[in-house]
Amino acid sequence: MSAELQIAAKMIELVRELAGRSAEAEVTVRHDALALTRFANSAIHQNMAEATTGVRLRLHLDGRTASGSSTLTGADGLRSLVERTIAAARVTPPDPSWAGLTRPAALHISAGHPGSGERSGLEFGFDEATARATPGERAERVRAFVDAAEGLETAGYCRTGYVSAAFANTAGQAVEGRTAEAAMDGIARTGGADGVARLATSRLAELDGAVLGARAAVKARAAAEPAELPPGHYEVVLEPTAVADLLQNFAVFGFNGKSWAQKQSFAELGAEQFDPSITIVDDPLGSRGEPAPGLPFDDEGTPARSLVLVREGVTRAVTHDRTSAAETGAESTGHGSSTSRSWGPFASHLRLEAGPVSSPGGAAGSPVIAESARPLVARMRRGLLVTDLWYTRVLDPKTLVVTGLTRNGVWLVEDGEIVRPVSNLRFTQSYPQALSPGRVLGIGAESVLLPDSWSRGRYAAPALHLASWNITGNASG
Amino acid sequence: MSHFDEAGAAVQAALDAGARYADARVMVCRTESMTARNGAVEDLGSDESAGLGVRALVGSSWGFYAVPDLSEPSARAAGRRAAQIAAASAQVAGPPVELVPSAPVVASWASDCKVDPLSVPLSDKGDLLVRATTVAKEAGADLAQAHYAVWDTHKWFVSSEGHRIDQHIRECGGGVTATAIGEGEVQRRSLPGQYGTRGWELVDELDLVGNAAQMAEQARALLTAPLCPAGETSLILGGSQLALQIHESVGHAIELDRILGWEAAFAGTSWLDLSKLGALRYGSDLMNITIDPTFPGALGSFGFDDEGTPAVKRHAVKDGIWVGVLAGRDSAAVAGLDYAGSVRSDGWSRLPMVRMTNVGLEPGPHTLDEIIAATDDGVFMDVNRSWSIDDRRLNFQFGCEIGYEVKNGKRGRMLRNPTYTGIGPKFWASMDMLSSETIAWGTPNCGKGQPGQVGHTGHPAAPARFTNVRVGVQG
Repeated sequence: MSAELQIAAKMIELVRELAGRSAEAEVTVRHDALALTRFANSAIHQNMAEATTGVRLRLHLDGRTASGSSTLTGADGLRSLVERTIAAARVTPPDPSWAGLTRPAALHISAGHPGSGERSGLEFGFDEATARATPGERAERVRAFVDAAEGLETAGYCRTGYVSAAFANTAGQAVEGRTAEAAMDGIARTGGADGVARLATSRLAELDGAVLGARAAVKARAAAEPAELPPGHYEVVLEPTAVADLLQNFAVFGFNGKSWAQKQSFAELGAEQFDPSITIVDDPLGSRGEPAPGLPFDDEGTPARSLVLVREGVTRAVTHDRTSAAETGAESTGHGSSTSRSWGPFASHLRLEAGPVSSPGGAAGSPVIAESARPLVARMRRGLLVTDLWYTRVLDPKTLVVTGLTRNGVWLVEDGEIVRPVSNLRFTQSYPQALSPGRVLGIGAESVLLPDSWSRGRYAAPALHLASWNITGNASG
Repeated sequence: MSHFDEAGAAVQAALDAGARYADARVMVCRTESMTARNGAVEDLGSDESAGLGVRALVGSSWGFYAVPDLSEPSARAAGRRAAQIAAASAQVAGPPVELVPSAPVVASWASDCKVDPLSVPLSDKGDLLVRATTVAKEAGADLAQAHYAVWDTHKWFVSSEGHRIDQHIRECGGGVTATAIGEGEVQRRSLPGQYGTRGWELVDELDLVGNAAQMAEQARALLTAPLCPAGETSLILGGSQLALQIHESVGHAIELDRILGWEAAFAGTSWLDLSKLGALRYGSDLMNITIDPTFPGALGSFGFDDEGTPAVKRHAVKDGIWVGVLAGRDSAAVAGLDYAGSVRSDGWSRLPMVRMTNVGLEPGPHTLDEIIAATDDGVFMDVNRSWSIDDRRLNFQFGCEIGYEVKNGKRGRMLRNPTYTGIGPKFWASMDMLSSETIAWGTPNCGKGQPGQVGHTGHPAAPARFTNVRVGVQG
């Protein structure tokens, strides 16, 4: 039993002692270790590490609910957390939306995975070397990235970390699990132009700073001295780094079960909302031999599982925690979090299924283009190759109209060949409309693992060839 | 209870391990938040966090380590780890790091607070949010939401140069939002979420219940209001939206770490060129922007920043000319400046970095009524709904919750989905009228850094008019 599960069990005992056996309680204990080595102007300028254990308690007592958390995990700290959460629950207004506790249930990773069991995912896909990575190992990768850029200015980070977590509730559910992750994200810069390379993985050994640095440098050099293009509707090839932004916005606003229940989402179950080539899956347990990117259970103790959100263009599911599931007569999909009652439950491990392998032509040889995007670019008569999207914000959640900018390299493509670099462009585009039936002209043959820009989530994204993207501004305004 | 000893132990351990400078912060933080929806409390959370973060400078390389354990042995171990991490940074070392002088201060500071937010009974707070959402629901909202948040932070800061500073900062705020859901779109109206370094009196002043019905009625009316027309026109911004405009197109642009390229890969850089500091025209003569952490009650107020530099008011833009930046001790030294004072972290486990304090627009000579009366043809917009700006802080596009036509000096029809777009310095150069009706708006969700940090910033602002602005950009 992990230290985290021991703390969770102790918390359940305390709740029973201090609140009585009728209290319903759920406890999540997380040990988060995070280390991030950051570089800019081709030197490491920020370098941090932390290791924190936090305890979260949600308590439902006499029809009222309160939650609390603490990083004080000694006996006094735990007792104080239970006492103040009980005190809060006793004076808050009634909670008619309480959905009850998760019943004891086995984890979905138990079958066929050595070291795992019905209640324990401690060894499932956990890479010890990544979890124990040193500052020196991260700095080595930064060194390789900087050197591979061959004199261009570079900036970015190399990150490693792991989470060891446990969940217990008064209904008898008790589970534990661990996950490790590493990511590298960097740019090379020349003459005001930037090129980017990024990758997420569960094994630090798979991060090659030299490969990423060389890729970023090639893009930066090819993006120098960009021309300005007028606004209008353009055919586009979005590289995987840009497609990850679409997946993030779909997850948070489109497939969010609370937004869907409140009719603020575009999602309609059973409707052909996407091109038939589109299949989107949330995959917290990983697939195809890759280690699990997420924990095997959520913050409500519901076992995590693969969830098909869109299959061949048809919207099949949205993500639920216990609250949104109860409101809509559904079952939790394992997306409960400490904030999901307020912000809604959303997925953080979306994968857009890759397309079929096709032979490249035309611009196939250009190292500027992500490999899996080359066949798509080769088929584009006139349009834009977009590396990255930046600062995207939702104008209307129902239609998921998003405004944002391109970043880290845009090129005009004519007859399958890159013609010239283009300065960054502003767009205002409905994301589901861009992927609607008939508008997806091709999907890259490889889904690349990419880190979320803010959280520890990650996305598996292929390149996308789309018929139209609404450019609404350029560098002049 | 003081935690200077633990912070001091961490600093000494870092020095013993080879650091030439070190500082440490112990922070004990309590937060409380509640949300209500459609007449019922939806979520109530009360969180407590305590820990120590120590920063070590070895040669010209920084290292930072944080632990949740406040014992002295743990603090010493953290100090050693920070120095080890700094030593690893030297594998990819940069130019020499210097720190601009900061007189060692031994001091104590606390924000003003009339009513301790954590002393207000949870039942009263819950009743307030339940009532506000009930009123909004009854007035026509499909979805009525209300919230409040409280932050209570104690800090103990020690540096190897002799700083020993403790601070107690209490912040709170709240808001109410009404959403109307139509066939094809969603409309939202909010009493702008307002936050400050103040006590519960701030939430009382917001009158969430008294404003809830109007929010609902306006959200419902927006569903059938005409679209904001597309074109170039005079744009009048309410103070709440202007605060966001300042935050995005001035506050971030004048962050010295961005200007120096330290944020190039994520938050971005800045269009500002240090060689033009003191000469570059940022906006019209009406534009006077201050960096003022001493502003009473604003959300970015403090006594000392997280490097121990005392809070001082200074200009960032004076009569339209760019004259100042948000700086830290190391970035100021690189830039050849002699001041710092704008470094903060969002908790004990995060590295302090250049952050906004209170970045605001000094009052102008007009009133909003006078501005509208002087406008023959334009649009009034207020309360932010979406915000997006490029990585150099030039090209922006903002959406507001509500707009109104302005014709012949009078406010006319309500407009839905109002948006405007522009390029920062061109936009600010077009500001030709500015109100004196300043409010210190608060932004509690400013994201920056890797790993991400959430900053609390203040933005004194009043309504203003801008000419020849492109409005009505639609998807």
